[in-house]
Amino acid sequence: MANNAWRRLVGGGERLWAALGLAIVVTLWEIGHRAYGDFVLPSPLSTLTALGHVAASGDLWPAVVTTARDALSGFLAATLTGSLLGGIAGRSMPVRSMLQPMATMLIGVPAIAWVVLSLLWFGGSGLAATFSVAVAVGPVVFAAATQGTRTVDGGLRTMARAFRVPLGAMIADVYLPHVLSYLLPALGTALAMSWKVAVMAELLSGAGGIGDGLAAARAEVDTAKTMAWVIVVVALLLVVDRLVIEPVRRHFETWRRGLPGEAA
Amino acid sequence: MSQEGALTASGIGHGFAGARVLDDIEIWVPKGNVLAILGPSGRGKTTLLHILGGLLVPDAGRVERPFERPAFVFQDPLLLPWRTARGNVAFGLAGTRLARADRLARARSMLVKVGLGHSEAGLYPHQLSGGMKKRVALARALAVEPDLLLLDEAFSALDVGLSREMQQLVRLDAQERGVTVVLVTHDLSEAVRLADQAVVLSGRPGRIVARLAIERPARLRDDAFVEAEIRRIAAIETIRDAFRPTLSI
Repeated sequence: MANNAWRRLVGGGERLWAALGLAIVVTLWEIGHRAYGDFVLPSPLSTLTALGHVAASGDLWPAVVTTARDALSGFLAATLTGSLLGGIAGRSMPVRSMLQPMATMLIGVPAIAWVVLSLLWFGGSGLAATFSVAVAVGPVVFAAATQGTRTVDGGLRTMARAFRVPLGAMIADVYLPHVLSYLLPALGTALAMSWKVAVMAELLSGAGGIGDGLAAARAEVDTAKTMAWVIVVVALLLVVDRLVIEPVRRHFETWRRGLPGEAA
Repeated sequence: MSQEGALTASGIGHGFAGARVLDDIEIWVPKGNVLAILGPSGRGKTTLLHILGGLLVPDAGRVERPFERPAFVFQDPLLLPWRTARGNVAFGLAGTRLARADRLARARSMLVKVGLGHSEAGLYPHQLSGGMKKRVALARALAVEPDLLLLDEAFSALDVGLSREMQQLVRLDAQERGVTVVLVTHDLSEAVRLADQAVVLSGRPGRIVARLAIERPARLRDDAFVEAEIRRIAAIETIRDAFRPTLSI
């Protein structure tokens, strides 16, 4: 009997296990709260209450919009520039040799340094956050796009050339599907990074957004409020990942799972 | 001896990374004729085919290729893994002016001709067997209605019956539309069934060591003729030497 129940649990699907993982985190959190008290680690419940207060005060929504704007605009700029340059670099040895050391250098600069620099350059405007995100995330996208373009099957390229396929179809049907298998995981990472850098920039610039909220919570020494903001960032990240990245990934990888129904 | 529309190659030589692969190749295929390139493996047959098809520029010599729509069947099927069988055949038509729907329709009917029905048309390459992939590649080439068809071991992964059927399909299609065909094979019977003339490549670098003409029209070649012809060809000394390690009849 117990054996059967166990088997049902094991085979119970991904959602069940995901829920179990979350439950463990919340339980550990609650245990931590009981051990160290309200100041160090507010309970999950009081964090939710703090979140409710923030929402009720009308600070939540503008902050979410600002942070989303900062993170996504930077992410978009990084994606466009990174994939375009990466695509060219993957096809051209001189461009690759020239850009790769630059990208490595840019990756080496700590994100917080970009934040400080862009605050000096752009002041307290929203542009500072956008720029920090773009320049911190761009090289990651670039590296993936380069690697993807470089490893496109030479045989397929020859085949396309033999059939005198036009450049548009060549890019869309030979290059893109292969490059995306490198690019999409990188874009997932890049998106997560974008939120972090945006919040960091906002925290220092004080020009609104979730980072600004965090700075205020810190000034008020309000741990529950701080945790509440953290939850907001994480929720935002998850929502965008599930709503944007995941469907795109699923669309382009139909063939991997071998599901029929894909048109030409 | 130039003739309008013939595929001509003269003085072809080529090498990879310093090693010469082909030397002093002369080829002349009149429009609508079928040339077979025979020879043991590793003697530059594929390289020569790529040169004739314009995929490779030879180090020496020149090729006259008065054709507008060349089509290839490569040794590997070279299908796009992210496209269905139908999508792959339609991809060969991407350079034409056909609308998308027409391309797909033509792809579907060409797949039927190579014996792949509606259910297989929607499958991805990794869901197809080796022989099916080969047939998709053949359908992709025939779908463009080529005036020059280049086949690299196109029938080699197929079982005997299927391979005969596909050969028949290519022969009929080529005859009907006057397609010039160059096929690479190590299978003498394939050459004897399809070709009007054949060259045998051998040695390193590969040179043409023998030229054969098969006079009887392809549609009149029955099994007895093919068998007798193979025996006749296999008896020729230079050919026996070239094939010594692989010949087994």
